[in-house]
Amino acid sequence: MDTTRVNSNFKSEEYFINMGPQHPATHGVLRLLLTIDGEIIKKVEPDLGYIHRSIEKMCERDSYQQIVHLTDRMDYLSSHINNEAVCLTVENALELEVPERVKVIRTIIGELTRIASHCLWWGVMGMDVGALTTYFYGFRDREMVNDIFEETCGARLTMNYNIPGGLMYDIHPNFIQRTKDFVAHFKTKIPEYDKLLTGNVIFQKRMKGVGILSKEDAISFGASGPVGRGSGYSCDVRKHHPYSALDKVTFNESLKTAGDSLARYEVRIMEMWESLSIIEQLIDNIPEGDYKVATKAVIKLPKGEYYQKVEAARGELGVYVISTGTKNPYRLKFRSPGFSNISLLNHIAVGGKIGDLVASMATLDIVVPDIDR
Amino acid sequence: MNISLGITKTIHDWLFSVMPEGLASITEMVLIAAVYLGVFAVFGLYLVLLERKVAAWFQLRMGPNRVGFKGLLQTLADALKLVSKELTGTEKADKFLYNLAPYFVIISALMALAVFPFTQEFQAFDINIGIFFLIAISSIGVIGILLGGWSSNNKFALIGAMRSGVQTISYELSVGLSLLTMVLITGSLQLSEIVEVQKNGWLIVQGHIPAVIAFMIFMIAGTAETNRAPFDMVEAESELGAGFHTEYSGMKFAYFFLAEFINMFIISAIATTMFFGGWLSPFGITESLPWLGVFWFLGKTLVIVILMMWFRWTFPRLRIDQLLTLEWKYLLPINLVNIVVMAFIVWQNLIIQL
Amino acid sequence: MTNEALQNLIGPWFPNPDDDKVSDVVETIESEEDSDLSSNKSEDIAKPSEIVNPSLLEFSEEESQFLNILVQPEQLHALMTQLKSNQETNFDYLYCLSGVDWGAELGIVYHLESTTHRHRIVVKVKTADRENPTFDTVSNIWKTADFHEREVFDFFGVKFNNHPNLKYLFLTEDWEGYPLRKDYVDEINMVIK
Repeated sequence: MDTTRVNSNFKSEEYFINMGPQHPATHGVLRLLLTIDGEIIKKVEPDLGYIHRSIEKMCERDSYQQIVHLTDRMDYLSSHINNEAVCLTVENALELEVPERVKVIRTIIGELTRIASHCLWWGVMGMDVGALTTYFYGFRDREMVNDIFEETCGARLTMNYNIPGGLMYDIHPNFIQRTKDFVAHFKTKIPEYDKLLTGNVIFQKRMKGVGILSKEDAISFGASGPVGRGSGYSCDVRKHHPYSALDKVTFNESLKTAGDSLARYEVRIMEMWESLSIIEQLIDNIPEGDYKVATKAVIKLPKGEYYQKVEAARGELGVYVISTGTKNPYRLKFRSPGFSNISLLNHIAVGGKIGDLVASMATLDIVVPDIDR
Repeated sequence: MNISLGITKTIHDWLFSVMPEGLASITEMVLIAAVYLGVFAVFGLYLVLLERKVAAWFQLRMGPNRVGFKGLLQTLADALKLVSKELTGTEKADKFLYNLAPYFVIISALMALAVFPFTQEFQAFDINIGIFFLIAISSIGVIGILLGGWSSNNKFALIGAMRSGVQTISYELSVGLSLLTMVLITGSLQLSEIVEVQKNGWLIVQGHIPAVIAFMIFMIAGTAETNRAPFDMVEAESELGAGFHTEYSGMKFAYFFLAEFINMFIISAIATTMFFGGWLSPFGITESLPWLGVFWFLGKTLVIVILMMWFRWTFPRLRIDQLLTLEWKYLLPINLVNIVVMAFIVWQNLIIQL
Repeated sequence: MTNEALQNLIGPWFPNPDDDKVSDVVETIESEEDSDLSSNKSEDIAKPSEIVNPSLLEFSEEESQFLNILVQPEQLHALMTQLKSNQETNFDYLYCLSGVDWGAELGIVYHLESTTHRHRIVVKVKTADRENPTFDTVSNIWKTADFHEREVFDFFGVKFNNHPNLKYLFLTEDWEGYPLRKDYVDEINMVIK
């Protein structure tokens, strides 16, 4: 790889460069300390914490209902799934059986969230490799999902639709029809995505064989979500530890074995198809019933430790609660997918060019508030 | 019906009648330069507007539509804003070179405009080495970019500038060689004569297969020369922030920005002149009205400009090593073979003449 | 593997030297036991020892959905290496590493999962030393531990022996105190409940 040292008298010097905290490719306030030799990356050292809000400490102060709202602000692109993780933890701890209706609605909205998140990722991914138009295509479709959310949940991004014990409100009467419309619409749009970006020769050349992550490394680095699955590592929480209504639907786990950026890209495209199929299976069969079960105004978890993992859009989100029986958790830890995924950036970027770093970072789909919780 | 020429001739005669010959020609040069500067500064601004409209078109949006009628004054307003902005820069920048760089870029861009024949005899500077002059001038611009990137004292700018150097030096070859292929047909480097030759059919028709190949290579290399996507390694927004002009602001930035668009216009204008008959109308339909040539020339040029914008808004960016591979391993060999083929065609007189 | 089977499998790896009955089941694992004997004994004596635990590890399933192993800091690295490399346990996925402040003690909770057997386990390690808490790193066993341990170092001040790059990840270099500890006081930013 070291082609720069052709002549031993001809010394090439390594130098540092600060990528971020304000940089278009770092999607927020992530700072990377790059050691570069010409164009070749020698070392990537993430420097985190620019928007750390210490959500875990705040959780120790708040009640369980309040904690749900904080999780929106972690990975804001899969806020519904984050909410669900906390609600499931609380419900499991209280041994509260939520109605079937709640489970189905949670799953549908969760999958819609995943599609919306992947739409945004796809747009930004294109932009990172220089195709600026993809951004607007991705946002066009994400906007439709957000409109559905706005109608049913009352918000577009930080939805807070889940509460321990069920949902905040019942679904809007238009929800089913609009979701069906969206599914029909989006089925025609994914092929358009492929036409615009996936099949492009330049794009393929940029992505293929770049940022390779082997399966062993993926497991060792705790990679999850599409990053792990792009390396052929079966890590879909929805498959292995199904929650809500996910045990009632059939779907394939999107797996690719190449482990390069293109594989991670393709896994996300495949996931959009799978999410559509999950929504289709559930949308006509939302059972009648209550949209929540009554809980006490002050929720106190029994003394003990609880762990719940869910598949957020970026991978496995874990909630680890230690309760001492009071209304606040004694300690609450979020195992966020982004934090584990960013730790492998150095591993996959070293030896590549600056352009490769940006491309592989885009396929890790980093959301900085998720890393800096 | 020679309106434009009539005016210039009148002014020319008047100037030479009121002052001594030397002073008159200098005054004339200054006048022409001022007119070109004014016209093309505004024209460049409208190219920016066109780009924004084209981009909006590709991206399912409206584009600028508030300032003036349907947004027509948007870029003028932007320019006004840029002029009035504070000029910032880094503390340890090499001030002299830092300030010099934008002028290098904009002047070399404007200089190249001098040799284009906009219509019959409507040309500021008709030298017999027109094409050579264009290639030479268009590669001076890169010095400005290198200076800007180097003197900014910013590593991102430096990487951008170095990329620019590598890129322009490489693609210069392809631009030159693809134009050389066409010169084999015309037998002249003088732009007015090249257009004259095309009265028997545009060169892309005359030279048929090798000419089409040359045109494609020219378009690829030309896009790379102007540092536009998919070859915008120099700016590479997602990699280097803003590349070589990271540290520039206000009017100095505007010069770089304007130069990019004028360069795009120049590349398109070269393509028009060398491949699509310059100001000549298709099949000579308006031959009797030579001043209409301006519209034909601009029309053809704008079509190619829009083609370049199309590239920009659909393709992802190449990586630096892929960029060099493309040039040195593909375009250059193809180009060399193409010249031989063209030489053979000219030798055997296989040219299609209408 | 069920929790019981796991317990039966893992327990004998670290036999309690105080317990004669199980000494015949000893497996030779790591060579570090001899150096640590003295310190362990003193701690073990302090505990009420009516029922002698046959293993140095304490197992419990109380108040948790997984099998919990409480390990002494001295055995932590050896246990983790075994858990990862043993074919029957094969815990190759460290999915959560959390620092916890139990008041008197500081500790780390490791959540492990096997991607082949799909069983899960929780390993806990504690120390009463709040001034200079130190554990062995597991970042050479699971690469993900690198960043997670740095996070714990930031917020709990727990140091890790042999960690390749132990410096502040989130906090600035000059930060004082360890924010997630229970006794952390920040008069400016903390919202009092």
